[in-house]
Amino acid sequence: MWSSYRIFSDERIQQLADSHTWQSLDTHIWPQDPLKFRDRKAYRDRLRDMQSKTGLNDAVQTGFGEIEGLPFCLGVMDFRFMGGSMGSVVGEKLTRLIERGTCDRLPVVIVCASGGARMQEGMLSLMQMAKISAALERHRTHHLLYMPVLSHPTTGGVTASFAMLGDIIIAEPQATIGFAGRRVVEQTLREKLPDDFQTAEYLLKHGFVDIIVPRTQLKQTIAQLIRLHQPFAPPPEVSLIKDEVHFAPVSIQPSIHFG
Amino acid sequence: MPTTERKPILLEFEKPLVDLEARIAQIRHLAEENDVDVSAEIHQLESRATQLRQEIFTSLSPAQRLQVARHPRRPSTLDYVQAISDEWIELHGDRRSGKDDPALVTGIARFAGRPVMMLGHQKGRDTKDNVTRNFGMASPGGYRKAMRMMEHADRFGMPIFCFIDTPGAYPGYEAEEMGQGEAIAYNLREMFRLSVPIICTVIGEGGSGGALGIGVGDRLLMFEHSVYTVASPEACAAILWKDAGRAAQAAEALKITALDLKNLGILDELLPEPIGGAHSAPVEAAENLKKALLRNLNELLRFTPQERCDLRYQKFRQIGMFSQED
Repeated sequence: MWSSYRIFSDERIQQLADSHTWQSLDTHIWPQDPLKFRDRKAYRDRLRDMQSKTGLNDAVQTGFGEIEGLPFCLGVMDFRFMGGSMGSVVGEKLTRLIERGTCDRLPVVIVCASGGARMQEGMLSLMQMAKISAALERHRTHHLLYMPVLSHPTTGGVTASFAMLGDIIIAEPQATIGFAGRRVVEQTLREKLPDDFQTAEYLLKHGFVDIIVPRTQLKQTIAQLIRLHQPFAPPPEVSLIKDEVHFAPVSIQPSIHFG
Repeated sequence: MPTTERKPILLEFEKPLVDLEARIAQIRHLAEENDVDVSAEIHQLESRATQLRQEIFTSLSPAQRLQVARHPRRPSTLDYVQAISDEWIELHGDRRSGKDDPALVTGIARFAGRPVMMLGHQKGRDTKDNVTRNFGMASPGGYRKAMRMMEHADRFGMPIFCFIDTPGAYPGYEAEEMGQGEAIAYNLREMFRLSVPIICTVIGEGGSGGALGIGVGDRLLMFEHSVYTVASPEACAAILWKDAGRAAQAAEALKITALDLKNLGILDELLPEPIGGAHSAPVEAAENLKKALLRNLNELLRFTPQERCDLRYQKFRQIGMFSQED
């Protein structure tokens, strides 16, 4: 049912950021094992295996760069790393990214790919949802643009926090996007669900995403949207109307500045 | 408050206590029939029962605590609201979804003389009520109603008390269609914007995102035998152990008790429960709650609105454990 192939964070960064502009942030933050969690395997071992397999510290890469020459902050989740699950590191890195966006007055783009909160860090994981949402509230208060890109799959606690908090929400074709897992919903309902349930197309139809964009057009669409949110500055000769009252449009507009 | 006259519902680990109490009743009955004075024996057995109850309830495993948290007679949001308020008027509706969600109740109360917005998940008091209340699993409309009321409270300068008691947000078809994820996400962000004091209390079950959806506050309080989980132990066992029967083990591993959350820096205050759990003495539990709410509210009222927002941000900002090294 889902046909687009999954891509991982390095490739995604390459596709979105202009070449030689990408600068990674907070690469020195590593996960810990606060609960000394062990299911069929110890969390500590699981982390070590994932780190050596993916070359990543945890399930997200963050940084800043340019997209078609426009400076922006970018976070990319990586589904390979424990299903892109969100624990303390994902929460901290995304919060720092958004705080940086607020501080430097930059738009923030986060590519979501996650099964939700990471159970192995217990309630610390759940609280990351609130922490990231708090940072987004401040970013928003400063009239800055935040756009999540929902890729396959975006579910659970990620959907119930930063994935659904975009000023503009972009989704990839046929991506699974939802809060409760499909099987859980089926059990609750005790009947079969429509085939398109929890797809990007289904969410668009129900008004929960703004636009579905294929991967080949993702970069240009994000850049276009960022440009459309830059303050309108009329050319000097147009704005110079002699002996007229100044309406001072600049002071009415929120002071958006993209550096 | 639920009456104690109804036949008590006993949990498995309470069995030694039940046996002992049955013996006391039996001796008392025999003594009455035969007209002998056994008050000394009874007194001795009763003090042993008290001791046993205390022993049982001070050494509950996380899985046993979960049972207490889910006890069908555990006081609910409406029980507490009515017990701690001088007056209360329930208000309904999110003005959006075309239906009111009975799984999440909202209203304005007078608390220690002051108008306060009170809201919380509402489990049913019996099977029929539970079906109506959807077992305390709120729909998007419930979260949107809560937000509407909190915004109202913010406009009128009313503090907000949130009571958390849910197995989780409702995982139904219609809930997904109506944007369960969006409804919770919106609350998480907007609750940081409100400048009135917000005190959240887990009174029973704090089930994941469904709990957090009304759980962003200046203070998080939790009753002694309440639990707060990232995922239900049953779901966690099914996913991580591939065996739902391992729920007790998952409950242990997930660190879901009030004491665990205090140690993780998430919980601000643990509220003591009467021995035997809140359901065994609901009036006493409500008194403990009222005292704690009043004290915390008075502390929060000393801050300016801006200070409260900043402190709330800082409170959540520091949650998480990781290391920083190259």
